[in-house]
Amino acid sequence: MAEYMNTFLFGIYPYIAIMTMVVGSVLRYDQNPYSWKADSSQLLHSKGLRLGSNLFHVGILLLFMGHLVGLLTPHWVYEPFVTAGQKQILAMAAGGIFGTICLVGMLILIWRRTTQDRVRATTKFMDMAILLILFAQLVLGLMTIPQSAKHLDGSSMIKLAEWAQHIVTFRGGAAEFMAEEALVFKAHIVLGLTIFLLFPFTRLVHIVSAPFKYLMRSGYQIVRKRG
Amino acid sequence: MTIRAQIGMVLNLDKCIGCHTCSMTCKNVWTSRGGVEYAWFNNVETKPGVGYPRNWEDQSEWKGGWELTKAGKLKPKIGGKIGVLSNLFANPDLPLIDDYYEPFTYEYDHLKTAKESQTVPTARMKSAITGKFKEKPDWGVNWEEILGGEFEKRSKDYNFKQMEKEIYGEFENTFMMYLPRLCEHCLNPSCVASCPSGAIYKREEDGIVLIDQDKCRGWRMCVSGCPYKKIYFNWQSGKSEKCTFCYPRIEAGEPTVCSETCVGRIRYLGVLLYDSDKIEEAASAPDEKDLYQSQCDLFLDPHDPEVIKRALADGVPQSWIDGAQNSPVYKMAMDWQIAFPLHPEYRTLPMVWYVPPLSPVQSAAESGLLEQNGMLPDVRSLRIPTKYLANLLTAGDEEPVINALERMMAMRLYMRGKTVDGVEDPAVLEQVGMSEDDMNDMYQLMAIANYEDRYVIPTNHREYAGDGPFDQEIAFSTRSECGFSFDNGCNTGAKQSTNLFGGQTHNNTLSGTPRKPVGGSS
Repeated sequence: MAEYMNTFLFGIYPYIAIMTMVVGSVLRYDQNPYSWKADSSQLLHSKGLRLGSNLFHVGILLLFMGHLVGLLTPHWVYEPFVTAGQKQILAMAAGGIFGTICLVGMLILIWRRTTQDRVRATTKFMDMAILLILFAQLVLGLMTIPQSAKHLDGSSMIKLAEWAQHIVTFRGGAAEFMAEEALVFKAHIVLGLTIFLLFPFTRLVHIVSAPFKYLMRSGYQIVRKRG
Repeated sequence: MTIRAQIGMVLNLDKCIGCHTCSMTCKNVWTSRGGVEYAWFNNVETKPGVGYPRNWEDQSEWKGGWELTKAGKLKPKIGGKIGVLSNLFANPDLPLIDDYYEPFTYEYDHLKTAKESQTVPTARMKSAITGKFKEKPDWGVNWEEILGGEFEKRSKDYNFKQMEKEIYGEFENTFMMYLPRLCEHCLNPSCVASCPSGAIYKREEDGIVLIDQDKCRGWRMCVSGCPYKKIYFNWQSGKSEKCTFCYPRIEAGEPTVCSETCVGRIRYLGVLLYDSDKIEEAASAPDEKDLYQSQCDLFLDPHDPEVIKRALADGVPQSWIDGAQNSPVYKMAMDWQIAFPLHPEYRTLPMVWYVPPLSPVQSAAESGLLEQNGMLPDVRSLRIPTKYLANLLTAGDEEPVINALERMMAMRLYMRGKTVDGVEDPAVLEQVGMSEDDMNDMYQLMAIANYEDRYVIPTNHREYAGDGPFDQEIAFSTRSECGFSFDNGCNTGAKQSTNLFGGQTHNNTLSGTPRKPVGGSS
């Protein structure tokens, strides 16, 4: 049973989650573009938002980048420069710093969303759900740091990276890398995949619309010819 | 030179009675939905006052419009592109809903369900957002109506800058005027410039500025970018909304709702031709006081044969050139120079213009209380200070405003002489530099103000919609498409040729395009 669950959660669930994210997002964008938005509540209540939202966003973006690079960079790419152990220390330090930044921001945002009437009144179920899920995920992530500290040789980290790289390159046997990992890592990964799964059904879709294109716009004005 | 046409508006403040009919009809048509209860695409403010949202005119607080960099280049005041993006997570220049007002309703049900009691039941005020009781409103769209509130608060009005304002707080010296406001449909719109999603755009064919609701991601930068605070964030849909200049009506050659319903007949709509290549140059005039003139220099004489030729070549249809030749907006802004842009110093080149109001003068002048300037009473001694009007309309340059007021005063004097005393006095005309014909035209347009003179709106030739602004090849592309239709009906955003759930195999051949034969060649 344990092996079955391991295979399901770390071998099959990743694909279910990612597929749902991709197909769900495309569907939503195609069928309901009007619903695709950041859903800011700043107009109604701005106290604490400037600090909270900036800390949260900066923290979580850096964490996301860190995970992306940390998990998906093949071992042989960084091997000539740093050892696995050094990389693990780096990951722990960066994760700890960015995680704390994000945590402070998120606590402010949770305070705002749970106690401020106007924000509460305009909060949809999924707004609250995804905020709390992200919070839980962040706490789990921070809890992995003391767990990591128990073995600083980088072996556990390499296994996690191997798992991720096997998943994204469609190689079998990915789940086996996870079998011996500590529970806190497993929980962090399963919840992370669940965030992918929920992505198209939440306001998280605004991430895809990060307006970098704005920087490419020639000049400032837009004139539309009709057609 | 590239000639484009724009539908512009003039509001004759001299005739505005502050009845708010424009605001109400606009609200009923455009902002009677959830999330925009607080939004008024058109509102009427009493001046002096800080307005709605509070202190909107003061860009040192709200950072709307443009500023010049040290190198003399235009840059949105909220910051360049990187500046805008760095404020995406929390916009430091966004007004709070309390700066407009918290929308509310009354607990009417209580009047029907209240138990018998000693006192009459009341319908208490409830916030439309939280549903909680509110004791009282504390700001609103016409909070300072007819000089409501203390002068001390109203005198924070931005237009009092460089003025000794204290004396206007005295009862004997007080003054007021109405200022109806809507989106300016600027030639150099800073809302478009500050929208990171590229959802806001200016229409090439008539200059109307619109927000694509399907492309808006709710980054709320346009709200800050617009110096007139005429973009409103819908707090339920999470999208920005703005005045549409009633484009479906304009396209059909009808005036906007606010214009149509104006009981004072103060509004005028007409076409202006301008050189779109010179916009940046005009908006970058180093001295703010030159901006009014540099904007006027953009407009082209629609009677000039060269301009007509060029306009036709650039795709402006003949009917629009005809419209420009009869445009009441061109006459008032350019020929007679009695209409002015609102706050040209924001550098957006606004296209809703204002005729400054005369203030109570006749009786005082006749009884010898006012100083005379030649044939006319000296407009500098009018009740509404010309400096105040200049701060509103010409970035502080009093001269154009004085000339306009004198022309309006001359019109009254001349026409009264003509119709009441039976004396036509050319000296009055001479003093303001107008011909008799011009004066009669001006009288016809401003005093008689017939419907067909006020609204000269060529239809939009929707039937010519195509690749070019007036491409005739796709003459009927949108015909037979709405109503019983495929996809998501007339909603253009979600209507795509490819669809996840299977598109159509055939386009509508009734719209004038034959089907391509199977296999490619015919």
